[in-house]
Amino acid sequence: MSSASVEEYLEAIYSLNEKGELAKNQDLSEKLKVSPPSVTQMIQRLAKEGLVLYEPYKGTQLTGKGMALAQKVVRKHRLLEVFLHKILKLPIEKVHEQACKMEHSLNDETASALCKALDRPEKCIDDDPIPECILDVSDCDECEMARSKSSEHPLVTQLSNLKQGEEGKVMFIRGGRHSSKRIQDMGLTPGTYLRMVNAAPFNGPVEVEVRGSSLALGRGLASQIFIEVEDEEQPWKRTHPHGPHHNLQSQS
Amino acid sequence: MNDSKLNFALAGNANVGKSVIFNQLTGLHQHVGNWPGKTVERAEGTLNFEGQEIDIIDLPGIYSLSTYSIEEVVSREYIAVEQPDVIINVVDASTLERNLAFTIQLLELEPRMVIALNQIDIAEAKGILVYPEELSEALGVPVIPTVAVKGAGLTELVNIAITASKNAPAKHMRYGAEIEDRIEKIRDNLVADTPYPKRWVALKLLEGDEKIEEIVFTAQPNLKTLVEEEKSCIEEIHGHEISSVITSERYAMASSIAYNVTSHVVPEKNFKDRLEEVSSHPVLGYVVMVVSILTVFYGIFSFGDWLAGVLDMFFGFLKEAYFNALGTTNASTFIWNAVVDGFIGGVVVALPYIGPFYLVLSLLEDSGYLARVAYLMDSAMHTIGLHGKGFIPVMLGFGCNVPAVLGARIMETEREQLICAFVASLVPCAARSIVIMGLVAAYVGFRWALLLYVIDFILIFVLGRIAYKVAPDEPVGLIMEMPGFRLPSAKTSFQRTWFRLKLFIYEAFPVMIAGNFVIQVAASLGLLGIVEGLMSPVTVWWLGLPSAAGVVLIFGVLRKELTLILLGSLMGTTNFATILTPVQMFVFAFVVMVYVPCLSTIAALVKEFGYRKALIISGVEVGVAVVLGGIILRVLLAIGLP
Repeated sequence: MSSASVEEYLEAIYSLNEKGELAKNQDLSEKLKVSPPSVTQMIQRLAKEGLVLYEPYKGTQLTGKGMALAQKVVRKHRLLEVFLHKILKLPIEKVHEQACKMEHSLNDETASALCKALDRPEKCIDDDPIPECILDVSDCDECEMARSKSSEHPLVTQLSNLKQGEEGKVMFIRGGRHSSKRIQDMGLTPGTYLRMVNAAPFNGPVEVEVRGSSLALGRGLASQIFIEVEDEEQPWKRTHPHGPHHNLQSQS
Repeated sequence: MNDSKLNFALAGNANVGKSVIFNQLTGLHQHVGNWPGKTVERAEGTLNFEGQEIDIIDLPGIYSLSTYSIEEVVSREYIAVEQPDVIINVVDASTLERNLAFTIQLLELEPRMVIALNQIDIAEAKGILVYPEELSEALGVPVIPTVAVKGAGLTELVNIAITASKNAPAKHMRYGAEIEDRIEKIRDNLVADTPYPKRWVALKLLEGDEKIEEIVFTAQPNLKTLVEEEKSCIEEIHGHEISSVITSERYAMASSIAYNVTSHVVPEKNFKDRLEEVSSHPVLGYVVMVVSILTVFYGIFSFGDWLAGVLDMFFGFLKEAYFNALGTTNASTFIWNAVVDGFIGGVVVALPYIGPFYLVLSLLEDSGYLARVAYLMDSAMHTIGLHGKGFIPVMLGFGCNVPAVLGARIMETEREQLICAFVASLVPCAARSIVIMGLVAAYVGFRWALLLYVIDFILIFVLGRIAYKVAPDEPVGLIMEMPGFRLPSAKTSFQRTWFRLKLFIYEAFPVMIAGNFVIQVAASLGLLGIVEGLMSPVTVWWLGLPSAAGVVLIFGVLRKELTLILLGSLMGTTNFATILTPVQMFVFAFVVMVYVPCLSTIAALVKEFGYRKALIISGVEVGVAVVLGGIILRVLLAIGLP
C-alpha cells in the first residue's frame, strides 16, 4: 500500500471523526470512491499498524498514532487550500482537488514554512479548523529554527487523542503558565513516558499512568499536552528504568 | 519559646496517609481550625512522648511548593517562615517517584527532616519493594518504614525525629552544574532581606516564582536584570522554559533515586484492581456512582431526618418544661424565641446533617472513591463552570446547603471554592423542596412543581456561567491523582468528624444565634409591621403576593420550611387554595426557592468566605429572586393563568 493511499484513508476517517461520528465502511467507500471490500481490507491493515480502532458494524476511529498522522496530512491539505485560494486566487471549487494531490509530496518542514508565510491561519477556507502546529515553539518567531531541524517532523498529537492502552512521550505543554506548571508539578514533564489508561465518555477527563501512579486530567488540560506517539527508540517496547514499566526482576 | 517543647510538621502529597499518622500520634489532643484568612484546614495536636512534649501540625497534602493552590502557599510559608523543629515527610512507598519530587523540594528549604516511608504494605501488594537504608543514603535523611493504619513504625518515627531535632539540618540535592552555578551567582548577589533561606530564594527567582519575585524585586530592583540574564542562558541551553527545566530536573533526580532504591515483581491482578477498573469504567462506573451516591445521600438524610426529629421532640419537651416553670409571659416568650430558639435552630437544622456528612466525606476521601466521582462528573460540571470535584458539594446541596457550602473547600483555589459554594447555595435543598411540594405540587399540580426545578437548574447553569466569567483569575482544570482504593481508618474519620463539627459550632452558631436574635427583637418591638409596609411595593405590587408575605419571607431566612406554616398561621388557614391564587403560589414558591440561603447557610458562607462575600452572594440571590419572581408573575398572568 502506498503511503499516499494510507494518508487518504486517514484523512477521510479524520473528517468523519471530526463531526463526532465513527467512520463507517460505506461512508468511506463513497468518500474515497473505492469498493467496500477494499475498504474493509484496508481498514484491517490500518488496524494492524495501530493507526485505527475498528469496531465491526459500528465503524472506525483513529488511534493517537493514526491521529498524529492524519493531523499532519489534514493540516497540509488545509494550508494548501488557503494558499491556493487566498494567494494564488484559484476559485474555491478547484482548490480541493489540487490540494489533495499536493499534500502527499509536501514535506513537514515546507508545510510549517507555508503556515508561517500564510500568517498562521486557524481556519480553512470552508471554515474547518486547521490542526495545530506540533513544533515545540512558544510563538511563530521560533518557527524557522524548530522546523528546520529535520524535513520530516515526529509524530505528535494531543494527549486527549490517545486511545486506551496507547503509550507515548510528553514532548511539550502549550497553554497558560499556571496550568503548564501544574501539569509538570504532577510529574508530566517533557520527556516523560506515559500510558493512557482510560478516557471518560462525554469529553470527560482522561486517566493516564505516569511514573508508577495514576493521574486524572480534564480534557482541556489533556489537549494542552503534546505527545510523541512514535518514538524511534520506543523505550516502552524494551524494559526501561524510567518508562511506565520498570525493570522486572524478582528479589527475594 | 519553651526550649523543651518540640515542633513537628507533617508534610507530603495527598493520599499518602499523613492524616492517619497525625491522628495516630495526637489522638484526641488536637485542634482543627483554619489557616488565618484561608479556606484551608489547619490541624494541630500535641503528643506526649516519654515525657517529651511535641506539637504536631498536619500540613495540607500537596505536590509542589509553588503558589498554585492556597494549600501550597500555606504549607510553604509555614515551613520556610515558622521553621518547625523537624519536618516529617510522609512518602507513599507505592508511588515513590512522584513523592520524591516533593521530598526534593522540601530539602531545598534545608529543614531538619525525617521520612516516613508509609504504605509499604500497599506497595508490596503492588509488587514494589523499597529499601529504606538505600533511600536514606540517597537523600541524606533518616527513613523509617511505616504502616500508619496499623500504627507500625510510628514509635520509631517519633524517636528518630526527636534525635533529628538535635542534629544538623538536611542538605539540598544538587542540580546540573549549569543550573547550580547560576543559583549560586544569584544567591551571592542577593542582598534583599527575606524570611527564606537564601539559596532557595535564588532558585525560586530562577523558576520565576511570582510571590518571591515581588518580595525581592521591590527590595532590590537591580537584581532583576541578572536573574533574567541567567534565566535566558539556561533556557538557551535546554531549549525549554526555565520552570520546565527545573521541574524536569527534579523529576529526573526523583526518578533515578526511585529506580535505585526499589525492585519490582509482577503482582497478580487482584480484586482491588478489578474494583478500580469498574469504578472508572465508562458505563459501569456511572452505575456504581449513582448507586453509591444515592446510598450515601439517602443514608445521610434519612439519618439526619431521624436525628432532627428526635432533637425536635426533645426540644419540644424542653420548651414545654420551660414554659411550665416560668409561665407564658411576654418576657419568658421573648427569651425563648430570641435566645434559645436560635441555638435550637442550629442544633436541629444543621448538625444532624453535617455530622454524618463530614463522616461520609472523610470516609469517601480516604477510600479513594471521591477522586473517581470527580473523574466521571468532570465534563458535566464544566457546563456550570466547575470541574469534576465540584460535583460532590453541589449534589449534597439537594439535601442541605450547609454541608454543600462547607464541602466547596475541596476545590483548589479560592475562586473555584467561591463559585462552587455559590452554585451549591442555589440548589433546592430539602426544606425548599417541602415548600415546592407542599404548595405548588399539592395545589397547582405536580408539573408546575417540576417546572420550578427546571427553572432552578437553568438559573444554576446561567448564574454559574456568569460567576465563572466574572470571577477573576485563570480557571482551573481538573488534575489530580487517582489513588488506589484502600480501607479508610474508622478511627481517623470519626476523630476528624468530631473536630470539624466542633469548629462548625464555634464559627457558625454565633451567626445563627445573633441573626435569630435580631429578627425576634424586631418582631417584639413591632418593627415587622413597618418592614412589611416598606416591603409591600416589592411583595404586593411587583410580586403580586399578599402583604403578609413580607414577614413570612423574613422569617423564612431562619428556616425555609417554616414559611408555609407561618403563612398559614398569619392568614388564618392552611388551606392555601382559599388564600392564594395558583399564580401567587408559584411565584411565592419560586421566591422562597431562590431568594436567600437560610441563616445556617449564610453562617456557613461567612465561616468559609467572610462577611463581605457571604453578603454579596445573599444579595445577588435576593435580587435575582425578586426580579425574576415579578417577571414570572407577569408571564404567567399574560398566558392567562388565574
